Amino acid sequence: MDIVQELLRGSRRALARAITAVENDYEEAGSILQDIYPFTGRAHVIGITGPPGAGKSTLTDKLAKEYRGQGKTVGIVAVDPTSPFFGGAILGDRIRMNELTMDPGVFLRSMGTRGSLGGLARKTVEVVKLMDAFGKDIIFIETVGVGQSEVDVIKAADTTVVVLVPGLGDDIQAIKAGILEIGDIFVINKADRDGVERLNTELEMMLDLNPEKTLWRPVVKRTVASRGEGLVELLEALENHRTFLVTSGEQQRRRSARTKNELLVLLNEHISKKVLEKITVGGELDSFVERLENHQQTPYAIVNTILAEMLR
Amino acid sequence: MEKRIRVLVAKPGLDGHDRGAKVVARALRDAGFEVIYTGLRQTPEQIAEAALEEDVNVVALSLLSGAHNTLFPKVVELLKEREMQHVLIVGGGVIPDSDIPGLKQAGVAEIFTPGTPTAAIVEFIKVHVTQ
Repeated sequence: MDIVQELLRGSRRALARAITAVENDYEEAGSILQDIYPFTGRAHVIGITGPPGAGKSTLTDKLAKEYRGQGKTVGIVAVDPTSPFFGGAILGDRIRMNELTMDPGVFLRSMGTRGSLGGLARKTVEVVKLMDAFGKDIIFIETVGVGQSEVDVIKAADTTVVVLVPGLGDDIQAIKAGILEIGDIFVINKADRDGVERLNTELEMMLDLNPEKTLWRPVVKRTVASRGEGLVELLEALENHRTFLVTSGEQQRRRSARTKNELLVLLNEHISKKVLEKITVGGELDSFVERLENHQQTPYAIVNTILAEMLR
Repeated sequence: MEKRIRVLVAKPGLDGHDRGAKVVARALRDAGFEVIYTGLRQTPEQIAEAALEEDVNVVALSLLSGAHNTLFPKVVELLKEREMQHVLIVGGGVIPDSDIPGLKQAGVAEIFTPGTPTAAIVEFIKVHVTQ
């Protein structure tokens, strides 16, 4: 049977294989994504991001269990960094989510960033779509540990949760831009530590100062994920945000922006590939480089020549 | 197309020493593999399920407790049940030479005992993985 049909019928092995095909750009990747497309758009996609060691995996593990308790099925995409030097990766997010492994209602997949710098792996968005089509109600995207500007998660998630911990210093001013701008919900994890009040106050002040008055005022919640504290309140906030997204039309707006972006990315990818194929086959690329080195031509002129040729 | 070898490094059973597994995981990473590390005290069922979800090419088992004759073949069997018989299974740890033929018979492709250079493990995987 066709892999997509198997996937839609609930085969976990088919889902796993489809993810591999998409992640590795196998030949069938395009047709798989095309065939599952009509079945996507149902899941609530929750991005979990924050600095390394903030407790993203532990929090994801606990939230997944809560949702399972409500009878919802869960998909998790956990991203860890690929070594820029060796191309390999150690993907260790399962360590904190081992108990979920034996639950057939949870599907957890680890991904290496493979050169992507925005906090996600290259194909995370597509993998989320596969899990969505598979029928997962809730899909978590756990990003790599991020610093200030890895904000790709908002391109993939409906609700973005930024996990912070007290004691990272009084640097909240410094990180005001970037990841602090993308949170729909802020979680202060390890909230049994010193400095929680201060971080809380700083976050609230920052959110109050937000010049852009949006319809949703981000909320700040406190958790001690390892002990399960604060989860009920966090779940409530997640549910509130989802309701807000749907009733305010924000969901529609975000998804349409995302769809547009995805289309442009795809278009870009295919055009680049076509152009590259064309100019490498006959060795044109090398002669272009030679002309540049000899200062016979400028790169701008060469690009114009190539485009004029292609778009004729 | 970009194929990348994915390896699940797992420690079945009850021993709590994963220094060796971590050294191997690191060496495999440096060889350009994607290594999924699951931590200590995994049941064979957990290992098989993780291998399925992660769609790995290789399952590398590390065990120091002496229970390899039970646990390694169990992992092999559970992977077969999940139609993952193509997965390369290798093992390592303090395993007596006399046990190795039996383990290979049971479907473990190779056993690496203490003192094996990590490069030998990398090489074995590169040669034997069938994509």
